[in-house]
Amino acid sequence: MDRLRDRVVPVITILAVIVAAWYAFAVYMNAPFQRDLDRRAGETPTTMEFIGKTLSQPKPTMPAPHQVAQNFFENTFLRKVTSARSLVYHSWVTLSSTLLGFTFGTALGILIAVGIVHVIALDRSLMPWIIASQTIPILAVAPMIIVVLAAIGITGLIPKALISTYLSFFPVAVGMVKGLRSPDLMHLDLMHTYNASASQTFWKLRVPASVPFLFASMKVAVAASLVGAIVGELPTGAVAGIGAKLLAGSYYSQTIDMWAALVAGSVVAAMLVVLVGLVGRLVERSMGGRPA
Amino acid sequence: MSFSRLSWQVALALVLCAVAMTTMPMLAAEAAAPMSNGTSTLVIGLVALSAVASFAMFSGAASAAVLFIGAHGAAWLLIAGISGNEGMARMPYFLLLAAAWLLAWRCVAILSALKPQSPQAKTFLRLLIPAIFGAWILILWEAVTRGAGVPFILLPPPSAIAARIGNSLPILAADVRQTIFKAVLFGYIVGCASGFVVAILADRVPFLRRGLLPIGNMVSALPIIGVAPIMVIWFGFEWQSKAAVVIIMTFFPMLVNTVAGLAASGHMERDLMRTYASSYWQTLFKLRLPAAAPFIFNALKINSTLALIGAIVAEFFGTPIVGMGFRISTEIGRMNVDMVWAEIAVAALAGSVFYGVVAFIERATTFWHPSVRGGRA
Repeated sequence: MDRLRDRVVPVITILAVIVAAWYAFAVYMNAPFQRDLDRRAGETPTTMEFIGKTLSQPKPTMPAPHQVAQNFFENTFLRKVTSARSLVYHSWVTLSSTLLGFTFGTALGILIAVGIVHVIALDRSLMPWIIASQTIPILAVAPMIIVVLAAIGITGLIPKALISTYLSFFPVAVGMVKGLRSPDLMHLDLMHTYNASASQTFWKLRVPASVPFLFASMKVAVAASLVGAIVGELPTGAVAGIGAKLLAGSYYSQTIDMWAALVAGSVVAAMLVVLVGLVGRLVERSMGGRPA
Repeated sequence: MSFSRLSWQVALALVLCAVAMTTMPMLAAEAAAPMSNGTSTLVIGLVALSAVASFAMFSGAASAAVLFIGAHGAAWLLIAGISGNEGMARMPYFLLLAAAWLLAWRCVAILSALKPQSPQAKTFLRLLIPAIFGAWILILWEAVTRGAGVPFILLPPPSAIAARIGNSLPILAADVRQTIFKAVLFGYIVGCASGFVVAILADRVPFLRRGLLPIGNMVSALPIIGVAPIMVIWFGFEWQSKAAVVIIMTFFPMLVNTVAGLAASGHMERDLMRTYASSYWQTLFKLRLPAAAPFIFNALKINSTLALIGAIVAEFFGTPIVGMGFRISTEIGRMNVDMVWAEIAVAALAGSVFYGVVAFIERATTFWHPSVRGGRA
């Protein structure tokens, strides 16, 4: 019961406040246009009627939560998944390049981390650049990468996945360097007294010690690679994907569609993060780890 | 580490030199300005001599210096020789380039193993090693794009990008003014400040903290950048809509980090403050905010990059005819790739400077913190 009182009730309350504020805001944002419509039609609605109308415009400035929810529900559950209007279809397009980029990025990050831990020249020369590479707003370059790769005939999944790779390798590399270096001197000395070779120390001590770090950084990386995939779809006139849906919505002022796409993106992000967390917990348990 | 030992990088470089010598000439026969035999000999001589000399030296520093001169001299000669002959390079050119690169690698390896005594030398090395690495990325980029004649659209050489930056400074300055000094700075300050204020509020009201923190944590994993088109619809094409995106993007990292930071001070210290009968605000300003400073600066650093990204991406959705995002998206449409790269270089520079300023302020204000002093907590 404590859990209910301490966690669930506050979160639900805050969420309820947010939804209420959203409704109020929607009425406020949509009111000028609605007033204009009424004036032209020569109607004088009561306050309640007026509020009801602001919340049911077909192309509102700010859609009300129930409009977004309805649109999301229709486009997710009531359409065939192969339909171009189905959010499941668009989410799948984005998800596939996210996962590809995330896989590449994780592999690259681990590779770089292993190199940095074992080759001192790499540690001294590469590490500052890895950190500097993240101060570059690479996301802004995403459209260029896609256009340039399209010019030499590479289109589709790979360019978007490359952007996701760039965004997701960094957290993994930094986390894994920390993880591979996390065994303390005592443990390393113990391996030394066993006459363990470098590869034995690596596989039997460093890798197991780095697993919690790996999954913590993979959670960050998977969220980042989803952002990369969405932005990669934005400015290039991609026909499918959550980013393309957002762009089409902004061209045709289909605000409800945009919000629904945003919700779909958030759902995918939350699912990915939870999934990585679950896998991490399973792996740790199978390795004999105890919950802290 | 013995510096006089023959390392694999140097050995491989010598082998590459030998292969290059047998497959001369360096440029295709129809090259407009063929390299003289003297230049080719000079390149091979430089690589081979510095390679041999490097393990005849007594000290690591000396052999590193020899390798440094040999590698960069050879690279400079190769790049100078290719001008006017773009796309004409043959195998020996790339072999020699690889040999020079291997020598530079060996040079970095030796430098990394050095353990100088004086602090000045240590700082110098700490800067020199990454600088060599960065310089070689540019050298390889320049030499390969020009030597192999990579299409300009695909990847312009760094020299062309630098020339473009030099030629279009007024345009770049106008873009920076529009994007960074209007949208990014305003959004960054407002977003960080409001995140901070809400964090203090959440700290004061435990109910709010318990409700807001899980939501804040979840939101920071969401693709918030997607609100950019919505903000453009709401606030119009001018910089206000970009600032709004930046505010939303910077708010949550600041909130989550500040709340975590306010929990960072120890029980002992807080008990001490209570024995002094200090009020909530006294404890906050004298103990908990200073203890939270590393977390807050962490958020400020994360936000410095996020703010730039937010503003530039928001400009893709509509903007007046100035701004970095606008320039990138229109110039790529006109296939002026060098202008796009120039804009990226400026964005990278701006991002690094922004980050550097925040890091500098952090070092200046949290000089007492163990992580800055290099000691233990």
